[in-house]
Amino acid sequence: MEHIELFFKSIFIDNMVFATFLGMCSYLAVSKKVSTAVGLGAAVIFVLAVTVPLNWLLDQYILQDGALVWLGPEYAQYDLSFLSFILFIATIATMVQLVEIVVEKFSPSLYNSLGIFLPLIAVNCAILGGSLFMQSREIETLGLALNYGISSGIGWFLAIVAIAAIREKIRYSNVPAPLRGLGITFIITGLMAIGFMSFGGMLTTDGKKEESNIEAVSSKTEVLKQEKTESTQIVDIQK
Amino acid sequence: MGLLSKKDAKLIMDPLLDDNPITIQVLGICSALAITAQLEASIVMAVSVMFVLGMGNVVISLMRNIIPSKIRIIVQLVVVAALVIIVDLVLKAFAYELSKTLSVFVGLIITNCIIMGRFEAFALANGPWRSFLDGIGNSLGYGLILIIVGFFRELLGSGTLLGIPVLGDPIEKTGVYSIGYENNGFMLLSPMALIIVGLIIWVQRSRNKALIED
Repeated sequence: MEHIELFFKSIFIDNMVFATFLGMCSYLAVSKKVSTAVGLGAAVIFVLAVTVPLNWLLDQYILQDGALVWLGPEYAQYDLSFLSFILFIATIATMVQLVEIVVEKFSPSLYNSLGIFLPLIAVNCAILGGSLFMQSREIETLGLALNYGISSGIGWFLAIVAIAAIREKIRYSNVPAPLRGLGITFIITGLMAIGFMSFGGMLTTDGKKEESNIEAVSSKTEVLKQEKTESTQIVDIQK
Repeated sequence: MGLLSKKDAKLIMDPLLDDNPITIQVLGICSALAITAQLEASIVMAVSVMFVLGMGNVVISLMRNIIPSKIRIIVQLVVVAALVIIVDLVLKAFAYELSKTLSVFVGLIITNCIIMGRFEAFALANGPWRSFLDGIGNSLGYGLILIIVGFFRELLGSGTLLGIPVLGDPIEKTGVYSIGYENNGFMLLSPMALIIVGLIIWVQRSRNKALIED
């Protein structure tokens, strides 16, 4: 159940493109044709599925506060979490390079279809973002991390294929000249993001999410109230 | 412009409008949109990117003759990652609340396409001083868009600027709220950032017809 929930949540509700804007650069640059979009999307799913679990292991056994304890009790006080950016990006860059070499060796046809996109992916925000979100959301098991990598990759894939299809069609429409190309793509993505927000109510059956939402709202109003009382206090003092 | 020659000044001024990294070069959009719900976060983000890009451009340009071209991506990533760690630790030390708001997006400066894009396109082929100016110019252009988007989203979304209420009090109904104005909560949601950038592009390209794509 946990797995299914995370799966749908990462594809639809926390969609990388529409909810957190990750990987927008390549999303905009490579979405002119559906076929190239499919290639890049598949490569992103693949690389996310490899790097997120790997970085999960790194995070659990090297980076977290006290994670080095498996080396011996005297290592328990080390907290290497400040190194996570550099280690994550190094893992991603080497994995991308490795994947490229392996794919080239064993499956030249796949290499020909993915090939040019693989190096691009090393600097795709979606990949590093996947690992960083995995870290900040404190995903518990390796299985869930793998699930998170694959499902957020699928979310990205859906987004780029959808926008590429729309851009292919919109070429025949009469868009105002200054909006042509980039401008209209931004606005369409915005509208698609609004559409994807409607998935937000999908996983409220167990009531957990609803509660947390209500909590968030009420805490927000509390903060507002607090700010108000503070500001009135200041006014009082000034008087 | 006594300090800068005409050519150097062009390096700073061009990315502000006609060669803006976000609206024309389409670089660095990822982080530009997610954190612009508040003006303060946008400004901090812009300053962080300026630091990383300015310093990174200088470092890469100093090393440009000794980096083997095959592994240059990894070298560049390591340089950026080191600089971003500095920014992250400084933010955590001096602006902890803000660094919580920015969350993973400070880390994502590493993969901000502006940085890699400018390294590849400029720092690898030019001297340190010109690369520094290029870095500052591009991050100013980036910051400009960020601040415009952040300004509108915070003003229309929560009626404040930098956390200070400027439109009156929504609960007490003072200021513009007394004549029935309401905050548009929709501006705080992520899709509006995209639409605002789209509108900025529209305005910019209708002022300068040469930028229109076909």
